[in-house]
Amino acid sequence: MSEAITIRGAGIVGLCVATELMARGVSVTLRDPAAAPGAHGCSWWAGGMLAPYCEGFAAEEPVVRLGKEAADWWEAQGVPVERKGSLVVTLQRDRRELDQFARRTNAHRMVTGADLAELEPFLADRHDRALYFEDEAHIDPRAALVHLQQRLQEAGARFEQSDAAPDGAVIDCRGLAAQDTLPELRGVKGEMVVLRAPDVTLNRPVRLLHPRFPLYIVPRGDGVFMLGATQIESEERWRASVRSVMELLSAAFALHPAFGEAEVMEIGADARPAFPDNLPRITRKGDTLHVNGLFRHGFLLSPAVAKMTAGLVMRENQRPEFYHEDHG
Amino acid sequence: MTDFYGVELGSRLMLGTAQYPSPAVLAEAFRRSGAGVATVSVRREAGGGRAGQDFRDLIARLGVRLLPNTAGCHSVREAVTTAQMARELFETDWIKLEVIGHADTLQPDPFGLVEAARILTGEGFEVFPYTTEDLVLAERLLDAGCEVLMPWGAPIGTGLGLSNIYGLRSLRAHLPDVPMVVDAGLGLPSHAAAAMEMGFDAVLLNTAVAKAGDPAAMAEGFARAVEAGRLGHDADPMEPRDMAAPSTPVLGKAFLE
Repeated sequence: MSEAITIRGAGIVGLCVATELMARGVSVTLRDPAAAPGAHGCSWWAGGMLAPYCEGFAAEEPVVRLGKEAADWWEAQGVPVERKGSLVVTLQRDRRELDQFARRTNAHRMVTGADLAELEPFLADRHDRALYFEDEAHIDPRAALVHLQQRLQEAGARFEQSDAAPDGAVIDCRGLAAQDTLPELRGVKGEMVVLRAPDVTLNRPVRLLHPRFPLYIVPRGDGVFMLGATQIESEERWRASVRSVMELLSAAFALHPAFGEAEVMEIGADARPAFPDNLPRITRKGDTLHVNGLFRHGFLLSPAVAKMTAGLVMRENQRPEFYHEDHG
Repeated sequence: MTDFYGVELGSRLMLGTAQYPSPAVLAEAFRRSGAGVATVSVRREAGGGRAGQDFRDLIARLGVRLLPNTAGCHSVREAVTTAQMARELFETDWIKLEVIGHADTLQPDPFGLVEAARILTGEGFEVFPYTTEDLVLAERLLDAGCEVLMPWGAPIGTGLGLSNIYGLRSLRAHLPDVPMVVDAGLGLPSHAAAAMEMGFDAVLLNTAVAKAGDPAAMAEGFARAVEAGRLGHDADPMEPRDMAAPSTPVLGKAFLE
């Protein structure tokens, strides 16, 4: 086992893998085209929900099982984790969608009337029932990325500003940029909006189920809210369309008209790296270990995937879940 | 077997490719359904350059015939431009023409539909118009050069089934030789079976499979229903009889009493 490893890509996956390797005494160099986490990586645009049970509605089983570890992991790294659960609501005419969501997910209870008013008084005047996922949590994703980077730096990790492929043992965590070597990797475009809405009070993430315009809203504190996120089969990374932004804003407005007075602070777009089953993969290609395909579950699954990767590097395990041999 | 613009299909089930949990689930649903046609939407915003190419490759690998659509187009010009883009992207003259007239119900705009159909058939497209069950509109679409019709079962995404049985029956009866696909609004395999029993040539659906808890199982359910319905139609079903209303005096009683 080599004692020094270079990680390409300092996004969510690179930083988490570096953290797990450093904890095992490996000396780590992170190589990234930008010096610090930022808008060039898709984790910058994430929602930061740690919502494994809700994600279980559409995601495969490992997302729920492994996602449950995420909140503890982030807390252990010193990242403030808001453990207030999350709520799922519908508009009146889509009421039945909520029953279906309840059927297909776990670890929730239906809250109505006074219980809902106690949890989220702001929603209670417009919604008579919501699905409450008490064990879910959320974090501020940008603060978490910066925090991880600073901790790694303090612990002696080197950060190199470069896009070149290094020699020797490499862990490639470049996300969508690794399409040059991972032919099955595709981009799934997401668009998001950040609002400042001082008139809105929400304590926890709220999902609005809608047949055409599903939405989640994550409170960032100080009256700031993140609205996400579209999911379009396209690797276009830079452009938020009027249609998408309009859909997100109208859904928020439908959730509560108080969003109508909000200030638009930011509109963002990027593409998530994903494999055909939308599950992560750890792929060995010669000297390089590719860790990629976290899809919309970067903050939720990176802790578990980073542990698997570090375990593989340290030969603690031979074939972790998500491991793919590549003989191509 | 019915042919659609000279193409005979092995299956009377057509499936959409939107809203699945993942491309892997989509591929499995197609495998279990045996569907012969995949509709795929051309989002204008994703149209340029490489964007969306990976997904298109993935759909191409399903190995079924592709029917690009103009979903989400609200005007004639938008639909025509999208169709032209689709022809370039997918290298086919087939186009499922949607001109949406109402943003909320996604009901077709009959006037825009006829106009766009006329333009596109003039440009050599083989148009599959997404229409209502309205007979007069159907005739206008045929006049505009369409050789296939796609009447709805119910509005897109509702899963309500065949909401105007009489209208659909009348359409089928008046245009017995036009290939027709019941498109949109189906929610259950029984809805598909009913459409096939009525003599429609195929069904097209998306949400009912993509949004099921187990899309692959639902896809197979629909495939079997389509087959059952078609067999039922071809076998010349019996006429229902009303035994509850006696037409002659009950034999026996008069004699024995």
